[in-house]
Amino acid sequence: MNGGDEVVTAPVEPPQPLEWKFSQVFGERTAGEEVQEVDIISAIEFDKTGDHLATGDRGGRVVLFERTDTKDHGGSRRDLERLDYPIGRHPEFRYKTEFQSHEPEFDYLKSLEIEEKINKIRWCQTANGALFLLSTNDKTIKFWKVQEKKIKKISDMNLDSSKAVGNCSVASSSNSLSPRPYLANGGCPDRSYSSLSNELSFPPGGIPSLRLPMVASHETSLVARCRRVYAHAHDYHINSISNNSDGETFISADDLRINLWNLEISNQSFNIVDVKPANMEDLTEVITSAEFHPSHCNMLGYSSSKGSIRLIDLRQSALCDSHAKLFEEPEPPGTRSFFTEIIASISDIKFGKDGRYILSRDYMTLKLWDINMDSGPVSTFQVHEYLRPKLCDLYENDSIFDKFECCLSGDGLRVATGSYSNLFRVFGSSPGSTEATTLEASKNPMRRQVQTPSRPSRSLSSSLTRVVRRAGAESPGVDANGNSFDFTTKLLHLAWHPSEKSIACAAANSLYMYYA
Amino acid sequence: MAMIDEPLYPIAVLIDELKNEDIQLRLNSIRRLSTIARALGEERTRKELIPFLSENNDDDDEVLLAMAEELGVFIPYVGGVEHANVLLPPLETLSSVEETCVRDKAVESLCRIGAQMREQDLVECFIPLVKRLAAGEWFTARVSSCGLFHIAYPSAPETLKTELRTIYSQLCQDDMPMVRRSAATNLGKFAATVEASHLKTDIMSIFEDLTQDDQDSVRLLAVEGCAALGKLLEPQDCVSHILPVIVNFSQDKSWRVRYMVANQLYELCEAVGPEPTRSDLVPAYVRLLRDNEAEVRIAAAGKVTKFCRILNPELAIQHILPCVKELSTDSSQHVRSALASVIMGMAPVLGKDATIEQLLPIFLSLLKDEFPDVRLNIISKLDQVNQVIGIDLLSQSLLPAIVELAEDRHWRVRLAIIEYIPLLASQLGVGFFDDKLGALCMQWLKDKVYSIRDAAANNVKRLAEEFGPEWAMQHIIPQVLDMINNPHYLYRMTILHAISLLAPVMGPEITCSKLLPVVINASKDRVPNIKFNVAKVLQSLIPIVDQSVVEKTIRPCLIELSEDPDVDVRFFATQALQSSDQVMMST
Repeated sequence: MNGGDEVVTAPVEPPQPLEWKFSQVFGERTAGEEVQEVDIISAIEFDKTGDHLATGDRGGRVVLFERTDTKDHGGSRRDLERLDYPIGRHPEFRYKTEFQSHEPEFDYLKSLEIEEKINKIRWCQTANGALFLLSTNDKTIKFWKVQEKKIKKISDMNLDSSKAVGNCSVASSSNSLSPRPYLANGGCPDRSYSSLSNELSFPPGGIPSLRLPMVASHETSLVARCRRVYAHAHDYHINSISNNSDGETFISADDLRINLWNLEISNQSFNIVDVKPANMEDLTEVITSAEFHPSHCNMLGYSSSKGSIRLIDLRQSALCDSHAKLFEEPEPPGTRSFFTEIIASISDIKFGKDGRYILSRDYMTLKLWDINMDSGPVSTFQVHEYLRPKLCDLYENDSIFDKFECCLSGDGLRVATGSYSNLFRVFGSSPGSTEATTLEASKNPMRRQVQTPSRPSRSLSSSLTRVVRRAGAESPGVDANGNSFDFTTKLLHLAWHPSEKSIACAAANSLYMYYA
Repeated sequence: MAMIDEPLYPIAVLIDELKNEDIQLRLNSIRRLSTIARALGEERTRKELIPFLSENNDDDDEVLLAMAEELGVFIPYVGGVEHANVLLPPLETLSSVEETCVRDKAVESLCRIGAQMREQDLVECFIPLVKRLAAGEWFTARVSSCGLFHIAYPSAPETLKTELRTIYSQLCQDDMPMVRRSAATNLGKFAATVEASHLKTDIMSIFEDLTQDDQDSVRLLAVEGCAALGKLLEPQDCVSHILPVIVNFSQDKSWRVRYMVANQLYELCEAVGPEPTRSDLVPAYVRLLRDNEAEVRIAAAGKVTKFCRILNPELAIQHILPCVKELSTDSSQHVRSALASVIMGMAPVLGKDATIEQLLPIFLSLLKDEFPDVRLNIISKLDQVNQVIGIDLLSQSLLPAIVELAEDRHWRVRLAIIEYIPLLASQLGVGFFDDKLGALCMQWLKDKVYSIRDAAANNVKRLAEEFGPEWAMQHIIPQVLDMINNPHYLYRMTILHAISLLAPVMGPEITCSKLLPVVINASKDRVPNIKFNVAKVLQSLIPIVDQSVVEKTIRPCLIELSEDPDVDVRFFATQALQSSDQVMMST
């Protein structure tokens, strides 16, 4: 995006389509291996620097990866980036650590099982070398801190532990690192504090025989600690969490409400959007996704099951039931069918890095919206148009309700989203770009690449040259190679590296990384 | 391994447990850090204990928090003020950890130590520390540094002062909003130490930057700075620099900013003087009272009394009172509720005539509000009403309101009104109470909700205290004792509870003649729960009544209960008997 007004129509050469290459895979399946339900990845998120990647799975685990190819340069990575010449390397990651974020629970009051599945992960501000992230399942959000801890070996105690333990009937259950000291007479030392009153007089020079324990630390280990739990604020399933640019608040959204939290306060949240009608029978629309603007702390967007995106301004009022802006595309006349409303439902929205554009994903398309233009999307990309005749089957097997995520590249020039048969698609979003690539989450991503170049179809609006509806390279011929499309292998989750041409995507339990 | 003498065991254990695996034991040791320091002596504390603490700073936050707190009062243990320097390094590391509460505590302790340090040490150690933190790689250190400038600045030589002001202004433009927020929060404190000449130039330009920050959360805190800065400036400077800012803020796009203004505005009135208050602040405040956002009106309504106290009565009547009238019928119950809790304070400001003429109708309409919190807030300030207009004028409207609250569907509302009954009784006097409220008090003893019955029993006791035993004998005791025949055992239990509360107030004579027989009688109850409660009540009566009564009446009854078939009854009866034995032994 050149980000300019419509007036500035200097012909910017659209970037060349990218040649995607396989980089890495984590948790690759061997042939015939059954996928365990708990191992299926349910969330992917890069941190702001792109040095870390987190995935969450249905088993409630969060796995962290760290970038390895920049480590050698140390702190000079920024300088290298500034030099603006390609480093002959692509982002590479290695497994860093994992932890159990959520456990299955049972809500006894409502007789509801609460799955441990991680719905979303969001990275927070790094501090003192410790990583912070938020993870959520359907009901509970948790704030995690992951940090290197020194493994300590303590010696030179005042009390001879080995001797004392021998006298004690209760053997110390802890290991030898720091034995619980027992008094020679077998009593428990805690008792003796009472005799240690402040009146106890010490000689002015102190008692020379006392010594401080010696602490030697040789190695470190990564420890994840849950710092805060934000619970009991959602009656419905949480579908999104998003950090505010102010660094102190975040939102959580469920089907009907959006709550605002302070990261430091876990027992209180403010309801800022409530779409619950007085009578639940009047319910026509639910919240499907919500995200804060990347730089304006007062602005947030949320999408609905009716295909609209609302932008709200937290400055206007405490309860933002009235939106500041509404983005929706009028239904083209004569196209209405039973499925129109279902496939219009937006499953994910993402702000571009500069905050000017919002990318949305509905069942059949990706749409890019300019927040300064609420008459319609700037561009629409057909993700899998060949499925349109099959909507009936997709409805029958519930696939039509699958929630695909979408992502923008750091420079905002490309967008990506997933599809079925472990395919995902990358589109060029800059004006005039015809880039539309289909890739497969496998070691040979370009296998499915179709050679026919895509052409922009006729413009919907005569005055706005940038409003271009691009039909992708789809035709039913895509699967003419005999592969029937497999609705069970769907690629729902993917993330674009914030600064590199690199995509991480999840195919069941495997995490594939690609670069260009 | 050292051999430790027997008397040193406790302290040796304490030291060892600084590194125990169990966090509770570590916490305990840290909490006794001063004892450890005294045992080691001042020199070893400086040379060993403090470095030891500095090195072991990757502990759990609870431990770090305790450490930060203890170090703040550690000067005596390191050898006095001349050695205070040694405490700075561990606190410096603690003020850059990730956990906010640890950092805040470390900054607090650093300030406490810095305030006692010698000037030379401040220049040599404290100021460099502030500069290091302000240049910290992570935002956490920079956040902490903002809270230390007001300690460092006064002792700094001229060149260093200039540098410190420059650093502070850089912190106010930091990339991280957290740092800018901290700088905005601490600006008032820092400004108070800066010379007047720099105040108008450097500090005001910092302030102006903060007021234009694009983060709402920063601007919010700049509002707080307004009042603090206003008090430091000369009135004319305040008018020219602060007043336009606050008037601007009062019309900010963000309701949160306006909310802050509504909360702070009255503080600024004094700083700017009467004329600008009349011409600028009153109109701003009136706008806030009529704000679109209910939250802002709530904040403004809550400050209405404080604001009126600063104004002269004419202005208040002319400008504020009309808004108050509007607010009393506001669409938001929370606004009305906030108004109800402060409105009575306006009465002394307005004087008797204006109060009766203008305020009373508002007051009465709030007393009839459909929302119970509003009514409760009015009733809770009843003593203030009484002072101004007297109870006669009010009683007609008051009573229906009280009765309605007393019968409210929500038990929490009933509970709240019960708690105000003794206050009401003292304000309304015996006569009014007997006529109107006595029956209600009895009715609550038979409430369906335990908390209400419990509160009602307490209420009966407080009434007896208020009006004296004689009155209670006539108006409370007979009605209460009558209820012991209630067919439901839970209600009988409430009465037993009430008796145990009333007995100390009524004195031994009435207890023996009226209360005790009822309790003894209840020991024949068919419900074991009543019987063991009888045992408990009897135990509580033992110290009140005469020894002979214990021997003659209470003990036989307890002995009988101690042979009851029910195990709980036997348990409590035996317990009561034992306590009566103890009373006998001691006398």
